Amino acid sequence: MDELLRNYLPLVIFLGLAIALGLVFIVAAAVLAVRNPDPEKNSAYECGFNAFDDARMKFDVRFYLVAILFIIFDLEIAFLFPWAVAFKDVGLIGFWSMMVFLAVLTIGFAYEWKKGALEWE
Amino acid sequence: MIEFFTTTNLGIALLILGQSLLIVVPLLVALAFLLWGDRKVWAAVQLRKGPNVVGAFGLLQSFADFVKYILKEIVIPDGADRFVFLLAPMITFVLAMMAWAVIPFNEGWVLADINVAILFVFAVSSLEVYGVIMGGWASNSKYPFLGALRSAAQMISYEVSLGLIIIGIIISTGSMNFGDIVMAQEGPGGALNWYWIPHFPMVFLFLISSMAETNRPPFDLPEAESELVAGYQVEYSSTPFLLYMIGEYVAIVLMCALISILFFGGWLSPVAAIPDSIFWLLGKIVFFFFIFAMTKAIVPRYRYDQLMRIGWKVFLPMSLAWVVLVAFFAQYGAFWGTYARWAVGGG
Repeated sequence: MDELLRNYLPLVIFLGLAIALGLVFIVAAAVLAVRNPDPEKNSAYECGFNAFDDARMKFDVRFYLVAILFIIFDLEIAFLFPWAVAFKDVGLIGFWSMMVFLAVLTIGFAYEWKKGALEWE
Repeated sequence: MIEFFTTTNLGIALLILGQSLLIVVPLLVALAFLLWGDRKVWAAVQLRKGPNVVGAFGLLQSFADFVKYILKEIVIPDGADRFVFLLAPMITFVLAMMAWAVIPFNEGWVLADINVAILFVFAVSSLEVYGVIMGGWASNSKYPFLGALRSAAQMISYEVSLGLIIIGIIISTGSMNFGDIVMAQEGPGGALNWYWIPHFPMVFLFLISSMAETNRPPFDLPEAESELVAGYQVEYSSTPFLLYMIGEYVAIVLMCALISILFFGGWLSPVAAIPDSIFWLLGKIVFFFFIFAMTKAIVPRYRYDQLMRIGWKVFLPMSLAWVVLVAFFAQYGAFWGTYARWAVGGG
């Protein structure tokens, strides 16, 4: 077996094992447990009275904002990973270009902060 | 016989399956006792006895609970999307387990010795948010929906600082392999050589961020019972709920293992005279789990806006500044090369 496959095959087998284990748990309860459905039991929980409408409703736009901020910073981290591993090889040019990149990002972050994108009321 | 397991494809696959079982089974058994320990600590802080009926000192409580979960009916709400409803806890469970495939337990004792191990763990724990958000959406009920939204926002906010802290460690080591990270911390100084001294402030940031990332008290807002009943888990019962719970606890123990490996030398012994062994790693994991349990017991819950503020306005700038600082230290060899271990032979 070649090296790459030998390294990553365990992950695939481990994934299969974990999925099998999870399925066993769910199937075991489905098979062993008593099934006794009832309209009241199967209705969505809402503190004792019937649900008014579909629960998938409008929600606060700030959650979108957090998600967008997360994408920006997570992308930045994705850039940083290879740079950090190759830190000893990229030399001064690599070092300073990443510092400039981080500086630009910090300015953006300060702007977001000033604009109030990070506020939760 | 040995040749069969090292040369033929089937043999190698069987060997790997055996090794995987060797990780999964002890992990789940250990988890049963850690859960018991968690409840005992919690009870002791509140001057209660905690579980004490099943087995000596209640040691078998978790196993009794397991049997109970299996014998309970799986209730799926009428309005729920049945497939996604059952898929969501599976995702949480499977992804939480997956990360353990790359964790080394001793020198060379690692199932998948890949060179991007830490990136793999980071990626897998990023995906865990899907289990929560799918569960909340599929339930078609208000509390799970709100809980899932909160949880998703919280998990992604703290992931950013976790990632930045990890970058600092990678700069110091020059590798993303856990084995290399641990070996870079080896030295005559024992515990003084570990990363917790050079990366000292980040130990606390990592600990707190990992509590927030795993929705653990004091940051358990997704399931704040006073506001959201139980968050995204409201509609879950029986083994789907068990999968969520196991997934959550496996993720917590994984975070304890990560802290031990990244900052506290993994399986290395704190005193140079005592040999390194797997028991050091296990002891460190149990110690950090104890800290998690104590935090749950003694710290009051945060408010949601406070949580988001501390994540974005305190932890993110601090960890970002720390990455820059570590990069400068490593580039210019400050502090006798402590921050550039690849330069002095480590890694």
